Amino acid sequence: MLKQPLTEIWVYLSVSPLFGLTATLLAYGIAYRIHQALGARAIANPVAMAVALLIGLLLLIDMPYQRYFEGAQFIHFLLGPATVALAIPLYLQLHNIRRLWLPILAGILVGVVVGVSSSILLAQWMGADTQTWLSLAPKSVTAPVAMSLAETIGGIAPLTAVLVITTGIIGAVTGGTLFKLLGIDDDAIKGVAMGATAHGIGTARAFQHSQTMGAFSGLAMALSALATSLLLPSLVALFH
Amino acid sequence: MAFINGITLLLAYQLLGELVVKLLKLPIPGPVAGMLFLFITLLLRRNLLAHLQQPATHILSHLSLLFIPAGVGIMVYVNLVAAQWQAIVITLVISSLLTMAAIGLAMKLTIKWLQKE
Repeated sequence: MLKQPLTEIWVYLSVSPLFGLTATLLAYGIAYRIHQALGARAIANPVAMAVALLIGLLLLIDMPYQRYFEGAQFIHFLLGPATVALAIPLYLQLHNIRRLWLPILAGILVGVVVGVSSSILLAQWMGADTQTWLSLAPKSVTAPVAMSLAETIGGIAPLTAVLVITTGIIGAVTGGTLFKLLGIDDDAIKGVAMGATAHGIGTARAFQHSQTMGAFSGLAMALSALATSLLLPSLVALFH
Repeated sequence: MAFINGITLLLAYQLLGELVVKLLKLPIPGPVAGMLFLFITLLLRRNLLAHLQQPATHILSHLSLLFIPAGVGIMVYVNLVAAQWQAIVITLVISSLLTMAAIGLAMKLTIKWLQKE
């Protein structure tokens, strides 16, 4: 007797957007707590853990991604206003931009050209197919921008999202050692290098080191999103 | 009400960005154009900041959450990634290290050059 209504409730829930939305928030909540419990280490990335949890859950209950996304799209939608909101930290860093505008500009331009070209050339050299290297090209840009850039140039936006997150984790984990090896100890430089390579994940890491490094990282993340948007189509055309 | 005002402003600037990009056929994403317009507006009218700071901080402090729905999409491309994982991993690691090193050295040289001037 009980089995019938339960099945009906389940059928109702699995077609309503409520499931995807709630599951995403719950998975993030769990992943965030694990991240904090492990001392907020870059390697225990909350996005990677939440994605793994959700994929496990969807496979377990045999729900296709498209149905999950009907609910999760309400969270996905917020990437747009979040990108617009980057104008605020950018504005708050105005005095730092004025003071160091030339080195910042040089760093961002070099970063975009080296980052995009090296990922395209390496991927092509390793035999990746066209869609894959197009999805790799915007890997250092903050995810909302990288995804719409990937769509514009013909890459796969969801693949780009995962590559962007992985890049962020790599940058955040290796940055400290790399700067030591290169003899770079200026927090402004370290911040720009981190933000223009490892975007938001690198910026979160930079804030753990110092306020200055975090601020410069956030600034570099916003500027690099802008510079990459402008330069990516020409750089891609160059290697096509 | 401040929160609602802030969210409305962010959405209005995104809409403006999307419209301008579509109409002028610009190569940049609509939200990036929206960010630029908002930045320029803040330069002209600082008092707008009072409405925006709280909602912007809220939305940016949990930026990670917003990547999750797209990230789960990798399950659709699992075959593609499995077939090319070496190319992907090597590209990500080497290119990230190269980019960070290049930025660091470019800025170091520029600052040194400015001090000599």
